[in-house]
Amino acid sequence: MVANMIDMQNLYLLVPLAPLAGSILAGFLGRVIGRTGSHLVTILGVALSFAASVAILNDVMHGHTFNGTVYQWMQIGSLKMQVGFLIDPLSAMMMVVVTFVSLMVHIYTIGYMADDPGYQRFFCYISLFTFSMLMLVMSNNFMQLFFGWEAVGLVSYLLIGFWFTKPTAIYANLKAFLVNRVGDFGFILGIGLILATFHSLDYSQVFGQAQNMASASISLIPGDPWKVMSLICILLFVGAMGKSAQFPLHVWLPDSMEGPTPISALIHAATMVTAGIFMVARMSPLFELSQTARSVVLVIGGITALFMAFLGVVQFDIKRVIAYSTLSQLGYMTVALGASAYPVAIFHLMTHAFFKALLFLAAGSVIIAMHHEQDMRKMGGLKKYMPITYWTCVVGSLALCGIPPFAGFFSKDAIIEAASLSTIPGAGFAHFAVLAGVFVTALYTFRMLFMTFHGKERMDHHTREHLHESPWVVTLPLVLLAIPSVLAGFMFIRPMLFGSFFGSSIYIAPANNVLAQMGSHFEGIGPFILEGVSAPPFWIALAGILTAWYLYMVNTRLPEVIRQKSGWIYTVLDHKYGFDEFNDWFFAGGARRFGRGLWKFGDVTVIDGFFVNGAARVVALCSRVMRLVQSGYIYHYAFAMIIGVFALISWFVHG
Amino acid sequence: MFDGLPLLSLAIWVPIVAGILVLLTGRDSSPCLSRWLALAGSLAGFLVTVPLFTGFNATQSGMQFEEFSTWIPAFNINYHLGVDGISMLLILLTSFTTVLVVIAGWQVIQKKVAQYMASFLILSGLMIGVFASMDAILFYVFWEAQLIPMFLIIGVWGGPNRVYATIKFFLYTLLGSLLMLISFIYMYHLSGSFDIKDLQNLPLTMTVQVFIFISFFLSFAVKLPMWPVHTWLPDAHVEAPTGGSVVLAAIMLKMGGYGFIRLAMPIAPDAAHALSGVMIFLSLMAIIYISFVALVQTDMKKLIAYSSIAHMGFVTLGLFIFNIYGFEGAVLQMISHGFVSAALFLCVGVMYDRLHSRLIADYGGIANSMPVFAAFFMLFAMANAGLPGTSAFTGEFTVILGTIQSHFWYAALAATTLITGAAYTLWMYKRVVFGEVVNQAVSTMQDLNAREIIVLGLLAVAVLGMGLYPFPVTHVMQVSAHNLLTRIAQSKLH
Repeated sequence: MVANMIDMQNLYLLVPLAPLAGSILAGFLGRVIGRTGSHLVTILGVALSFAASVAILNDVMHGHTFNGTVYQWMQIGSLKMQVGFLIDPLSAMMMVVVTFVSLMVHIYTIGYMADDPGYQRFFCYISLFTFSMLMLVMSNNFMQLFFGWEAVGLVSYLLIGFWFTKPTAIYANLKAFLVNRVGDFGFILGIGLILATFHSLDYSQVFGQAQNMASASISLIPGDPWKVMSLICILLFVGAMGKSAQFPLHVWLPDSMEGPTPISALIHAATMVTAGIFMVARMSPLFELSQTARSVVLVIGGITALFMAFLGVVQFDIKRVIAYSTLSQLGYMTVALGASAYPVAIFHLMTHAFFKALLFLAAGSVIIAMHHEQDMRKMGGLKKYMPITYWTCVVGSLALCGIPPFAGFFSKDAIIEAASLSTIPGAGFAHFAVLAGVFVTALYTFRMLFMTFHGKERMDHHTREHLHESPWVVTLPLVLLAIPSVLAGFMFIRPMLFGSFFGSSIYIAPANNVLAQMGSHFEGIGPFILEGVSAPPFWIALAGILTAWYLYMVNTRLPEVIRQKSGWIYTVLDHKYGFDEFNDWFFAGGARRFGRGLWKFGDVTVIDGFFVNGAARVVALCSRVMRLVQSGYIYHYAFAMIIGVFALISWFVHG
Repeated sequence: MFDGLPLLSLAIWVPIVAGILVLLTGRDSSPCLSRWLALAGSLAGFLVTVPLFTGFNATQSGMQFEEFSTWIPAFNINYHLGVDGISMLLILLTSFTTVLVVIAGWQVIQKKVAQYMASFLILSGLMIGVFASMDAILFYVFWEAQLIPMFLIIGVWGGPNRVYATIKFFLYTLLGSLLMLISFIYMYHLSGSFDIKDLQNLPLTMTVQVFIFISFFLSFAVKLPMWPVHTWLPDAHVEAPTGGSVVLAAIMLKMGGYGFIRLAMPIAPDAAHALSGVMIFLSLMAIIYISFVALVQTDMKKLIAYSSIAHMGFVTLGLFIFNIYGFEGAVLQMISHGFVSAALFLCVGVMYDRLHSRLIADYGGIANSMPVFAAFFMLFAMANAGLPGTSAFTGEFTVILGTIQSHFWYAALAATTLITGAAYTLWMYKRVVFGEVVNQAVSTMQDLNAREIIVLGLLAVAVLGMGLYPFPVTHVMQVSAHNLLTRIAQSKLH
């Protein structure tokens, strides 16, 4: 048994270290080991990591969880900050998802980046990303969580700007980093407040004491006490809003599409952007203590789910359609979190990781075939040239729209039901948003599918001649991702939502337990599907698909007419509600104007101009005056002496 | 094995003697001899400081490696040296940086090589003297003496506007330290001793403490520098040669922070508490105001200089919230900033050596011609933005954690550095390193040579090492920080 424990701990270490080793080899020895060597070592690293994760998940299923330290990072006063692992069902499941998608993307990259001069560097980065993401999900404390949080942000920055000569890419990566930093600003304050409240940064200690602190308060504005738990949770959620691109910090995600497609699938759809969702689920013992915070989460999630979906309908860039879809789906997960249905959020996180990675990689496959053309207006009719890409893309689309029995159906249906059962403020709006979002989701998804794969072939002659299915390194990951996009839903819904899969890794207060209500009438997969096809969401989704079919297959002139008739609504959507313009003008421009003002007026005019050089001028002036006194005439000095003597005598006499 | 050796004296005098040797043997016709001699001297200087770390007893309170001999008996002035966990780290930082500066100036400096190398070696010994002195007059002598080599470094090897910069630098810093000397003499009259330990134990009334604190404040705030007495720093950096900027940013600024820790706060603890509101205000001004100013700089050296001021704001903020997180965070921030700012100034130096411009607008697309350099620069830029895994994170994170315990809004204001620090650093990085090559001269720039890789590589190891495993650093200063904090918490009024 002891020997077994040691073996498992080595396995835990192997999970993050294998990708790290691959990354270091590809990064430092990329020229030595060459292109093939680079992809072999990194793929081997991630494959090892995936195999170990599966073994760990299996072990966890047998009840073996782990919470321990790897090494002591730092000690301040009596606070020991450590790097350590918490292996429980939640983290084990995340590890499997992360390493699986990462492995698929690694293989896919061989094909996608085949002609790129930065081949080795790319493999180095994506393996480094895998390491960082694993450190994030495996962490057992807030410090390491923040470490992983920032490290994935760094790699995301590096990868969005991978093509560093492209102006839009280096604009997008700076924007992504800075917007994420706005979220981290809240996140670090949340962590600080946790330390101030609990005197510890360890999950187990903080969660253990959480109940005792439930009614503690903090006075931010004198005379207006806040529940400290609400403040902590809202600040942590601000961090999640940055990383998981929730309104109004969503602005970076669409621009991140400037990066190569494999990372859009891995980082900006399947894993990194879900870090915020994972984090909130991990913090469920804290969020359960603050209804205020959960209401905020619900409303933000609802806004993101619906309003970002609208934007997907007016995009023509195939990747941007999927990017807005990702934003919207992250909103769905956030709604589930707000409704206290944390397992549902994680369930949707998992299914979404599979089908969204699939959609992105399929889009990438199309982009390769189209010679890096991403505008759907120049596509069409690709179905017959790329059957594997097409059919896997159909699977992904059906899963995204929530059509049974595809994976997305189960998770999305559960979210909608959870939102309808929640009774906290904001739940009504969130329920409406996720329900209306179903229609929009179906509309933009099938709009994309029809515009790309069906209808008239709108590409130029040269491109059409060279159209062909992508090589096997590209299509194999598509097929491997399509399988869980079909199966993951009905295979895992029972244990994850209504069983004891998560055990004690997620806490739900009995009063908020919408999941238990859902579970009380859950009678199995078959009845769940039957119930699903008779419920509104299914029909709303079908309506969306039919609308897309009518608009983009039957009456293809109509969208243009609608666009012209809709006037300002289209303008607002086309400008993405004006966030980018406002941020550029107010935040980026404002900061520069403010800085220039402080510099030119504060530093140059006041401090240097008035005080420093002013002092120098005063000294110069004084010395000019003093020079007049030093005339050199003996009678001037004698006169001064006499006055001095008189003054001294009178001071002595009277004083 | 090092028992009985006067390690601190060696740490001070080995570089100074080496510097004098370089001066004596230096001929303009044979600069190579000077270079190798200087390298040997700086390495010897570094090696004698290593036992200070390895032989340091982290559990023992009080000063270690103490040396004592009378110097001017008439005024009870002594040659008294000693270090605690904090000054020991700063001494190590100094001797380490000196080695880098010598290597970095290897080919770049072609005129008056011997004098250049000697200035840095002597400067190194004098700065170590500041950190090791336990006698106020000895401290003052070292404090003032190191102005001279720095004055020469900027004045002789500096840029076109160096005269204005040196005089501004000299007057600014001299003004403050004269008041410090008066405070020392005043306290000597009360206690009959110049020993820093005695001064720390000397009871003082509130009024006297306030005056003494302000006189110390003027010298240390200028040195650090704190807002609003910071304007000498950008000018000095712009005109200084790369090595001068490195020493200035990496070590000389730290002397200000060290002064607060060793003198101002323990000698006048009640005044420090009473004036903490002002100190926190000035620190937050440095963090916020200066960050915005840094954002709009067009000259890379000025940008990094302003960023240094903002980072030093974290040192004073950490010190004046009076808890262990803030205190240790401030020390971590000082050490980390030594690595990061040195690295950034060296990076600018690398580019300047090739293109003779410090203006952001003259660059763009460097990653195309200098990929290895771009990778190093990325690491240091990210460190400057406080990314976890780099040394800079430890200090900033700990200070923010400490500040939030005393006041939420102070922490919130300080934490804006997460956004602004990333904005000014990465925006500069983007404009310099990324993008298409616009200036044709950039496309001909050679990537790093072996010597530059050694220098930047050593700093990269330091930045990552301290970021991934800061425990040894916090471990050696633990007891010292705790003792100092306890001392500062005790009132001297009764």
